[in-house]
Amino acid sequence: MKMLSYKFRVVVLACACVFSQTAVAAETLSIVQKRGHVQCGVSQGLPGFSNPDDKGNWVGMDVDICRAVAAAVFGDSAKVKFTPLSAKERFTALQSGEVDMLARNTTWSMHRDTALGVDFTGVNYYDGQGFMVRKELGIKSTLELGGASLCTNLGTTTELNAADYFRTNNMEYEIVAFEKADEAVAAYNTGRCDAYTTDQSALYAQRLKLTDPAAHVVLPEIISKEPLGPVVRQGDDQWGDIVRWAHFAMVNAEELGVTSKNVDKMKGDKNPAIRRLLGVDGTFGENMGISNDWAYHIIRTVGNYSETFERNVGKATPLGIARGVNALWTQGGLQYAPPVR
Amino acid sequence: MAEWTPTPPRPAPASSVGFSAWARRNLFATPGDVAFTVLGAAFIIWLGNVIIDWAFINASFAGDDRTACLKPVQGACWPFIDAKLGQFIYGRYPEAETWRVNLVFLFGAVGLVPMLVPAAPFKSFNIAFLLGFYPVFTFVMLTGGLFGLAEVETTDWGGLLVTLVVAVTGIAASLPLGIMLALGRRSKLPIIRYFCIGFIEVFRGVPLITVLFMASVMLPLFLPDGVNFDKLMRCLIGVALFSSAYMAEVVRGGLQAIPKGQYEAGAALGLGYWKTTRLIILPQALKLVIPGIVNTFIGLFKDTTLVLIVGLFDLLGIVQFHFTDASWATPETHITGYVFAGAVFWVFCFAMSRYSIFMENRLSTGR
Repeated sequence: MKMLSYKFRVVVLACACVFSQTAVAAETLSIVQKRGHVQCGVSQGLPGFSNPDDKGNWVGMDVDICRAVAAAVFGDSAKVKFTPLSAKERFTALQSGEVDMLARNTTWSMHRDTALGVDFTGVNYYDGQGFMVRKELGIKSTLELGGASLCTNLGTTTELNAADYFRTNNMEYEIVAFEKADEAVAAYNTGRCDAYTTDQSALYAQRLKLTDPAAHVVLPEIISKEPLGPVVRQGDDQWGDIVRWAHFAMVNAEELGVTSKNVDKMKGDKNPAIRRLLGVDGTFGENMGISNDWAYHIIRTVGNYSETFERNVGKATPLGIARGVNALWTQGGLQYAPPVR
Repeated sequence: MAEWTPTPPRPAPASSVGFSAWARRNLFATPGDVAFTVLGAAFIIWLGNVIIDWAFINASFAGDDRTACLKPVQGACWPFIDAKLGQFIYGRYPEAETWRVNLVFLFGAVGLVPMLVPAAPFKSFNIAFLLGFYPVFTFVMLTGGLFGLAEVETTDWGGLLVTLVVAVTGIAASLPLGIMLALGRRSKLPIIRYFCIGFIEVFRGVPLITVLFMASVMLPLFLPDGVNFDKLMRCLIGVALFSSAYMAEVVRGGLQAIPKGQYEAGAALGLGYWKTTRLIILPQALKLVIPGIVNTFIGLFKDTTLVLIVGLFDLLGIVQFHFTDASWATPETHITGYVFAGAVFWVFCFAMSRYSIFMENRLSTGR
């Protein structure tokens, strides 16, 4: 019986591989161009990354990456459709060709990159585990949390990361774990613990559910690495390049001071780096199989990295996230894009 | 001889009529009763107060974003429902095309109401409308692409629309399929019998989530590249098969309860299998199991929320989805949203339940 089920599994897997291979070998770009829109896998709702507005339109940082790819391929950021995917079905959907790319707050890890037949094209948001405390405690750094009780979710890596961090720094701590995020937030809200810990971008979103969000502060330190980025199928390098450079174009544009407002004027700029980026000089778009003014369209319709950040998660939004490690490398952050040349 | 006249009955003593007597008999008969009555009344008043405070007195009614719902003592955040209502009903169905959904809802009501009222005339015409015209009409109107209607992909459907499409399709498909399966399971032909037993036991033995997952995650892997049939369609088929297995067992319960004499009477009248079944057995069997059938319908209606896990946004799904809109995130947003979704589900399920009781009373002849 055991043998039989093992054989059955092998057969199922073999079939699955055969079909996913055919999907991989296909030229995604020509499929997308023929179809007339990019099919993009996003989350089922994550504030600031992919969530609906009042009209039901998708907005967020992950959504903007999809729109940027559409702008690069079609010159029109509206030619994209979104498939909301659960965490479980996201890679299957990508492998089966149901979506052309994933921009679903997916952490880039070695296992996913090497074992699942997918490629990560970059990091559009450096996330990581952080802590939130009450302002009245006057705590400025995670290192002052010695002896604190922490509210967190049960059985997640969050719990283990916190344990590691406190032990490494020789601090006392007490973990109060809850099954659901909402329970943990409610417990923190009623003063059951001194601090609440989870991924930092989520901390900002959860803070809005507290009775008085302004009375709480997210500490600047990050104690784990959660680089979030777009994902494509392995084996289609051309398509991977387009998705990769859609993000790089936005980062380069910020670095060069090109925004959605001044992009038309910048086209006449003398700076050769800007001229290459906007497709005035060179054939960088053609090399990827798309038009040379690909980046011009991205910046015109979606904006540069700073614009998408500030619009979706930045200081002016309810989330109010500071640039932090997501600042440009020239400003002490990690966002760095290779040059267009 | 004086005619005998009965003494007119005396009125009941004042202490045994009216509200006070009723209350004394039912609420304050013993010290224990008094204690329970007082406690119960206190609880009801307290609960009523909490609900009224939350839903009305401390609630916000107008506003454009989360700032409207951040009072120090905040009740329900109704502006959230107001701002998102279009989303909750139609999902991301294009705003310019929502009249099509409204028309489908309207036609559905127009077809269903006279169907449900026994006194309404033209029943056969009504049935033809509901089972022949309406499904085609709904399909054409909602998906579009014909007669100059813009095409709307099912990925853009959502909210109450998806809930109703899944539930109504499941209900409409499960009853006939379930009856066929129940008859098949009692058939004397072994192939039909074993097929029906196998089908019923497989689908009853597997959680609905598994069926939906298989349909949405595994199926695309086996299909050749480019062949990709609609996600909503896959869910509809999954839900219909699943609920028909349950329905089959409910109907079989009714069939079991029909005495053997009914079959023999049918045979004695010279009726064949189909006529006996159609004219004698099924009308009695189905009448017996109306509560069970409606129970399955109600369960199915609520199970539609499971389509969320394959990425379709039913009513509950889209309400939860909109919790992630940071411009509406407040401590009360999700409570308000859940109360709203619960109320909508309750209205539908309660209506089904009342109609089921009405049907039972109407059909309870001879018992």
